[in-house]
This record gives sequence, C-alpha cells and structure tokens, in this order.
Amino acid sequence: MDIRSQVAMVFHLDKCIGCHTCSVACKNVWTDRKGADYMWWNNVETKPGTGYPTQWENQQEYKGGWVVKDGKLQLRLTSKGKFLQKIFHQPSMPTMDEYYEPWTYRYEDLFTGPEQDDQPTAIPISKVTGEYIDIESGPNWDDDLGGSTLYARNDVNLEALTEEQRLQLLSIETLVMFYLPRICNHCANPACVAACPSGAIYKRGEDGIVLVNQNVCKGWRYCVSACPYKKVFYNWSTGKSEKCLLCYPRVETGQAPACFHSCVGRIRYMGVLLYDADKIEAAGLKSDAELVTAHRDLLADPNNPTVVASAIKNGISDQVLKAARNSPVYQFVKEWGLALAPHPEYRTFPSLFYVPALGPVTYSVEDGVALNPTSVDEIFAPLDQARLPMAYLANLFGAGQEAPVRYAMKKMMAIRTWKRAQTVGDVDMTLALAGLRAADCTPEQAEAIYRLTSLCTFEQRFVIPPSHREQAVEVLTNPLERKGAAGFGFREEPQRGF
Amino acid sequence: MLNNFLFVGFPYVALALAIVVSILRFTWRPFSYSSLSSQFLETEALFWGSSLWHWGILWVLSGHLFAFFLPEAILAWNARPLRLYLLEITGLSMALLALVGVVALIIRRFTDKRVKVVTSPLDLVLLTVLLYQVSSGIDVAIRYRWGSSWFSTNAAPYLWSLVKCSPRPEFITPLPWMVKTHFLSGFLVILLIPFTRLVHFLVVPIHYFWRRPQVVIWNRRGRR
Repeated sequence: MDIRSQVAMVFHLDKCIGCHTCSVACKNVWTDRKGADYMWWNNVETKPGTGYPTQWENQQEYKGGWVVKDGKLQLRLTSKGKFLQKIFHQPSMPTMDEYYEPWTYRYEDLFTGPEQDDQPTAIPISKVTGEYIDIESGPNWDDDLGGSTLYARNDVNLEALTEEQRLQLLSIETLVMFYLPRICNHCANPACVAACPSGAIYKRGEDGIVLVNQNVCKGWRYCVSACPYKKVFYNWSTGKSEKCLLCYPRVETGQAPACFHSCVGRIRYMGVLLYDADKIEAAGLKSDAELVTAHRDLLADPNNPTVVASAIKNGISDQVLKAARNSPVYQFVKEWGLALAPHPEYRTFPSLFYVPALGPVTYSVEDGVALNPTSVDEIFAPLDQARLPMAYLANLFGAGQEAPVRYAMKKMMAIRTWKRAQTVGDVDMTLALAGLRAADCTPEQAEAIYRLTSLCTFEQRFVIPPSHREQAVEVLTNPLERKGAAGFGFREEPQRGF
Repeated sequence: MLNNFLFVGFPYVALALAIVVSILRFTWRPFSYSSLSSQFLETEALFWGSSLWHWGILWVLSGHLFAFFLPEAILAWNARPLRLYLLEITGLSMALLALVGVVALIIRRFTDKRVKVVTSPLDLVLLTVLLYQVSSGIDVAIRYRWGSSWFSTNAAPYLWSLVKCSPRPEFITPLPWMVKTHFLSGFLVILLIPFTRLVHFLVVPIHYFWRRPQVVIWNRRGRR
C-alpha cells in the first residue's frame, strides 16, 4: 500500500448554467498572453457537441490515453520502442485549426477613422498574424447549439445510439443539451507525464497537481497528443507546453482556484482524496465494464487505520488527513456514488468527477394538473423517458456502462421526490421513502446529499488541505539564496528561443 | 595565411563557441532550449519538409561520422566497384531527400502566413546555410567522384589533425573550392548550433527509453 494525497474535484452538472465565468476567470489570470491566447485551460462545452478542440474525444484520430495491449498498459500514441519515429512530425497532434485562431478587434479605428458617411467599425484581426480575419470558429462555437447538425450531430459519444435516438436529439421538439465545464483532470495515471520525452511533466507528490517544468520542456509535443482530454496546450510563441496548474499558488495558500472561486452556480467542490498508488496499474488493466469500480477501489478510506498508517509513513500530515475525512469529493464519489469520472475508458484515472445532469423535473400533465408519481416505478420512469438517452451519458461517464450512471441518476431522482414529499407534501411519504430504498439511499444520506448540493457554504465546498510550505525543500536550502532577487523561482520574459 | 585562418582558426573558434555557448545557454537560459516546433501552426507542409529533411540528413550525417571514425573500413568497402557504387548512390539519394526537405521547409517559411510570424532572422540564416551545405555536398558528390574514398584519404586525416591539435590543412587545401566551401559551411553550421534552434539536437530525449513512465516529485524532503 502506497497512499498518496490528491487534491480532487467534483463538478455538479445539474447546477451549471453555462455562463463561462470560470473560463474568463482563468483566462484573465493565466492565459492572456501571446502564444497562450488560444488556450482555455478551463472551458465550458455544450453536450451533445463537438467540444474544444473539435472532437477531442475522437481517440482514433488523436490517439490520447492508455490502451491495454498484450496484457500491458500502454500509451495509445506510441510505444517506447517506436516513439522516436514521431519526433520529426507528430501525426496525431491537433493544429490551431482544430482549436481556433485567436483574434481581437482593431478598436483604435473607432477613434482614428477618417470622417466619412458611415460609422467606423472595429474589424477583427488575427492575434497570430495581425491581419484581418474572417472568424470561422471559436473556443465555444458550439455553445447552446444542442440539436445542431454541425455540432451535436458529430459528438463522438453518440456512437452507441440508434439512428432513431440520434434523430431525436436533432429534432427541434426533442433536442436536449447540458454543459460540461472542463479543466485538467490532474489524473492519477497521467498520459501526458508518461509521454513526455524530456520528462518535463511531473505530478507533485504532496497534492497530485500535474505541472510542466518550463525549463525542461523542449517542445516535442507528445503530451498534447497523449492527453485524451486535450488539456495540455502548445504555446506557439515560446515553443513550450503549458497546462492548467490548478492555481497552485492559490491552493497552497488555502484559496480555491480562480475557476472554482468564481463559479456563480457553485457547482464546484474541492477536497482531498487518498488513493493507493500501488493499485493503479492493476486497475488500468481492468476491462471497460469494471473500470468505474476499479477507479473507486483506488480511492482509500481516510478512516481506515491501515490507510492512515500508510499515509503517515508517506509523510501525509494529520491536517491533510483531517481534510480528507471532511472531503466533499470523497462523499460524492465514494460514499454516495453520485460523481463519475469523464471517459474512464481512457484509463488515466482523473481526479475530476462529474455529477451527471438530471435535467428538468418531468411531469405528466392532465387537465393542467401535474400528476405526481403513484408507484416506485413511476418515480424512476423519467430516467428512461428522458430526451437524453442513458447510452449517451454512459459513453461519457461510464466507459459505455449504464449501471453506474443509472445508479447516480436514480439516487438523485429519489431524493428529489423525497424532498418534494417533505416540502410540498403532494407526494406520498411512504412512497418517497420506498423510492429512496430502491435507490440505495437512506433518509440521512439523502439529507446530507441535499445539504451539500443545495445549501453548501464556501467552506463546505472547498476543503483545501494545508500545503505545509514550512516543510518544503526550500527551508532546507539557504534562505538568503534569493535575497535581493526578483522573486521565487525564475523570472524571464517568455521569449521565443535565444 | 588565408588557409590557416579558414581551415585552422575558424574551425577551432566555431567548435569552441559551440561547446561553451551551448553549455552556458543550457545552464543560464534553459527556457530558451526548445525545438521551437511550428507544427501547431501548419502541419501538412511540415510533414514532408521535416520528415524528408531529418531522415535524409540523419543518414548523410551518420555516413560522414562513420567515415570519420573508420576511414579504413570505407576504403576497404570501396575496393569493389559495385560496393562503391552502392554506397555513393545511397549517400546521394539520402542527400537528395534532405535537399527536397530543406527546400520544402524554406518554401513553407515564406508562404505560410502563420509560420512567417514565428520566423526569426536567424532561422532564415540557418536554413540558407543548411541549403548551401546540402547542395554543395550534392554538387561535390556528383562532380568529384568518389567522395566516399577521398573523404577517407583527405578529409578524415584533416579532421583528425584538428582533433589532435596538430592541424594539417594541407590535406584539403589542394581540393577544389566547392569542396572547401562545403567544409566552411559545415563549420558555420557548428558555429550556429548554440545560437539557433539547432540546440534541439543536443537534447534529443534518449533518456526516455529508460525513465519510468510516471514522474512524481516531492517538494518536501526533495524525494522523487
């Protein structure tokens, strides 16, 4: 047993309104620079949709993540023996066209334009070439376009659906959509780290944040292809790869990352997960059907004495263990089974989990009066009548397996009915309780889920462990080493080349 | 005098600068070490240019290195005409691949709008020198046969005399001027290594073969 601590996340999709505040907060802090201007470390996608970069989930093309080959876990991109073959040209790497060409507007024309009959306009210009650009795509070009034949139709997750189901998703009367905010998953088994030829990408032992060492990165770009979520980006100006750093300067000082802090829907949770690093490889070799369970089995119970002993042996402090016991992420993922990792079949074991969107409450209406469920089956009937087929969500969150998604959705549906029986009173309480039992949920658990979902405070959503910077390696070095210098680490203009 | 300057002084200066500046740059400006790939901005022309150039030049360069280290082996191999033709044809065709590649890369630099943005003056200098290096090599291979043999009898001893610090430029001074410029632009390429994106070949990631797939760094205790 090799217990490690990971700062992990839950995004509650039922609460996401798709406002992109998270994306803008991140953009303003980190990527508002030349070469990084096209990057959205945090982006929000409309699902069904093609996403950013377009069709990132299509691993036949992009070759991201891991595959089981000859009983071994191997990068889909390349094997160790063959990896030099692709060094001169990376065949599966997306180019700027798959993201979008960043642009701005020539605002000064509004002030300096000559006197004429028409109002002056600020024309769009490319942030790469500086020339006029005919804008054809952007980072959220599929925004709210559920049902679009261009975007929704080409969602890779529609694969398992019947033609009839697909047509339903495109028809104006039955179309459906929800939002999927995405950041780097800070995986337990990151493919980007394993693919980096220079060994520049690493996972921090203390909190599991995955970072690119800008001094070591040589711009070979294997990480961009290997990350199945396309969350490592190539800075075209500096020739280095960059990625979401989970706002580690904020996390180290006990603050939530910018995208978490700014989330207006309060959909984001952050907390510690303990996991057993020794089990990762065996878990990665499991079949698709067992992956969700295998991933949950990696996560260790912070109340288990054996786990605690191993954690202490690895230098995980009491404070971090305390944070792990209060972790909202552990509750959502492990105790309640509500939160699911995106695309577990990529076998990177993300540390970001999603509570799937239940969608609007469905009613049967007769003569203008809403009919409430009269049997347990009726409570759960909307799951199968939903516009969004369960098979779609299963492709997104269950490696094609409906069972884990259905379990989570059923529980939420049962809690909703039970809460309605409690607060509105037009549903029979005995029926609501039977519903909870059928969804593997007790009233106490239902109340806890309700509270953490709807009434959660800032401190309950973000249980950020202390970073113990007082124990960091810096204190063992000469404290006067950087005295009089510009700051910590290195400071250098992000200039291209020499 | 001129010969001494060009074929004794210049190579030493180029080599010394290449070594010293590369090390200094690696130590003090590690951020500037990058392949500076522009594939993200343009991929199709790069596929042809980069693949042909790199594979071609790798073989040509290995040939030069082989003849430098084992000149007798080359001479022994070339003792039979058939084997000589085989070697020359292979070398020439690899050089032609490299030529097509570098020309494609130059055209790409000038035609693609986005690539133009990330093109520095030194990039153009480097491409020009490389183009000259490859074309002069091809010209020499075609006009003054057989290059592989006289490389072993003239170039290798000259280069070894430089290595041994007892330079004997007289090995190559009688050679035609085209051959001599091939030497000079070769030394120029070495000189350009530390100042251009050429540094990327100094950091070819061979350690990938034996490193563990996952990298975990502990800030506390400095443990890995």
